[in-house]
Amino acid sequence: MALPLRYNVRSVLIRWRSTLSTIFGIGLVVAVYIMMQSLAVGLEKSSANTGDPRNLLLVRKGSTAETSSQVTREQFKLLQYLPDIEKDEKGEPLISADTLILISLPRKGAAGEANILVRGVSKVGMQLRPQVRLTQGRMFEGGRREVVVSQKLAERFDNLGIGESFKTGGHQLQVVGWFDGNKSAFDSEIWMDSDDARSLFDRENYSSVLLRSDPTQWGALTNRVESDKRLSLSVIPETKYYSNQTATATPIRFLGNFLATAMSVGAIFAAMNTMYASVGARTREVGTLRVLGFRRRAILIGFLLEGAILAFLGGLIGCLLSLPINHYSTGTLNFQTFSEVVFEFNITPHLILKGLVFAVSVGLIGSLMPAIRASRLPVIASLKSL
Amino acid sequence: MQTNDLSVPLVAENSSEPSIVQIKELSKIYRQGEINVTALNRISLSIARREFLTLMGPSGSGKSTLLHIIAGIDRPTSGHCIVQGVEVTQLSESELADWRNQNVGFVFQTFNLLPVLTAFENVELPLLLTRLTSKQRKKQVLTALELVGLADRTSHLPRQLSGGQEQRVAIARALVTDPQLIVADEPTGNLDSTSAHEVLDILRSLCNDAGKTVIMVTHDPKAAAFGSRNVHLEKGELAP
Repeated sequence: MALPLRYNVRSVLIRWRSTLSTIFGIGLVVAVYIMMQSLAVGLEKSSANTGDPRNLLLVRKGSTAETSSQVTREQFKLLQYLPDIEKDEKGEPLISADTLILISLPRKGAAGEANILVRGVSKVGMQLRPQVRLTQGRMFEGGRREVVVSQKLAERFDNLGIGESFKTGGHQLQVVGWFDGNKSAFDSEIWMDSDDARSLFDRENYSSVLLRSDPTQWGALTNRVESDKRLSLSVIPETKYYSNQTATATPIRFLGNFLATAMSVGAIFAAMNTMYASVGARTREVGTLRVLGFRRRAILIGFLLEGAILAFLGGLIGCLLSLPINHYSTGTLNFQTFSEVVFEFNITPHLILKGLVFAVSVGLIGSLMPAIRASRLPVIASLKSL
Repeated sequence: MQTNDLSVPLVAENSSEPSIVQIKELSKIYRQGEINVTALNRISLSIARREFLTLMGPSGSGKSTLLHIIAGIDRPTSGHCIVQGVEVTQLSESELADWRNQNVGFVFQTFNLLPVLTAFENVELPLLLTRLTSKQRKKQVLTALELVGLADRTSHLPRQLSGGQEQRVAIARALVTDPQLIVADEPTGNLDSTSAHEVLDILRSLCNDAGKTVIMVTHDPKAAAFGSRNVHLEKGELAP
C-alpha cells in the first residue's frame, strides 16, 4: 500500500522555499526544450503546409531543389501541350514556369542583409497555389517590374511596404501588393512575373515547372515526361517536394535536444540535491512510517513521487515561460535554398505534453538515489535521528 | 477489528495461555568498531495479557532495545521472542512490517507525528494499510480520537497542538488498529507533569478498561508507579 498522495504533495509544498530554485531550474530547462522543439515544429510545419495535393512539380533530373534546377523554354513549350494537364475556365492549361532567384535585402533595424527567394511565376501561378492569398494591394503586372511580397517578409525587411520600391541587380522593383502564404514556405518569398524575372536577372531558363493534373493521370504523365529524351526532367508531387525540405529543421532539433540534455543533467543534480536534503530532514518520519507498517517499497515510491511532483511543477512553469513565444514569427536560413525562411514558433499540445514528460523524467531520475536511500534507512537509527 | 492473516508459524498458540509476550534467552550484541557491546544478555521474561508493565533502568541498560525487539522493529542476536504466539524473530522484513501494523501500537517519546498531516490523517495512517473502506476508517479514527479526548482537534496540524495533545494523537494512532499490545518508549519524557499525568491515565485505562497490554519504558519512578508490574534492567540483564 502506498503512502497517501496528499502526504507527498504537502511534503513538497511545505518546503517550498528550498524547493523553489529546483522547480525554477527544471522550469527553465523545460522552457528551453519546448522553445527549441517549437522552432523545429514551426519550421517543419511551414514546409509541410506547402503545396497542393493536385500539383506536380517538374525539375531537372538530378536536382533536389528548385534553385538548382533548370527548365528551358523549349522544354516548357513541350510541356504546355501535354494532354493530362487540367485547364482553367478559359481553357488555359494550369501550368506555371517558375524562375527562382536569390537576392540580398537589408533587414529592418539595420541588422545586416539576408538572402531572399524571388519567385517568378506565370499568370496561373497564383491559381495553382490556392493557399496564397493577396491581402493588400493588387497583383503584379508583367513587364512593369512589379512584385508582390509576403506580408511576413515585409515585416522583417526594409522597403517592402506597398508603394515602396527596392533595388536589386541594378533594377528598381516596385511593391504593389502583399500576400499571405498561410504559414507555408511561400511566406518567405517575393513573387513577380516569371519572364520579367528571367530578363531582369539575365536568366536563359526557367527553374521549375508546376502543373495541375488529376492524380489518377499522374502515372501516365510521369511516364510520358520521364521517358521523353528532350525533356530530361523528373516529376514530384508538390506536397512531397516540400515535405522533403524539412531537413532545415534537423539541426535545430538536434541543437534543441543537445541543449536540453546538457541542461537536464544539471536539473537532475538539482532535483537529487533537493531530494537528498528532504530525505535527510525527514529521516525520523521515514522511521515512523516503517514502524507503522509501511514497507520499504512504499517509502521508495513515495519519494520518487515527490521528485516527480516537484519536477511536474517545474514543467508547468516551463510551459508557461515558453507560451509567450507561441506564434512568434522569426526567420532562419534554409539549408536547401540558402535563403531566409520565415516561420512561426509553434507550441502544440503534443509539445507541452512532451515537455511535462521530460520534466517528470528529470524528477524521477533525480530522486531515484535519494528514494533508495530513504527506503533503506535502518528503522531504529532513523527513529533516533533529530 | 481485524484478524491476523499472516502465514507465519504459530508457536505456543493457546487461547488459555495468559502471557502475550514470552521472551526466552534473548540476547542482543552490537558491534561498535572492534568491540562487541552486549545490550541484552540472555533475558527471559513473560508478560501477561492486560498487564501494564514498566521497564526501568539506567541509560544503556537495554530497556529500549528490549522494547524494540518485542515491537518487531529490531532483531535479537539470539533467543526467542514470541508475541501473541508469533515468533517475531523469524519474520521477514515485509512480514514484520505487516505484523507491526496489525499487532502493535507504538508511542514514541517525541510523538513522531507527520507534520504535514492533520491529527485525523495521522491517526488514519496505519489504517491505510488495511482493507477498511474510507467510511470504516473514518469511524475508527474518530473513535480513537474521542478515546483520547481530542475529537474536536481532528483537523489540527501537529504544530497547532500542545505537546500533551500531540502525544494523545500519537496514542490514538497506536490504538486505532485495535492492537492487543501497546508499546511506549518514554511517552512522558517530553511532557510537563500535567500532560504526563493525562497520558499515563490514558495508558492505564487502555489496560484496565480496554484490556490492552501496555509495555512502557520510563526513567521516571512517578510514571512507573502507574504500571501494574515494574521490571528493572541493568547492563542488559534483569535486576533481581
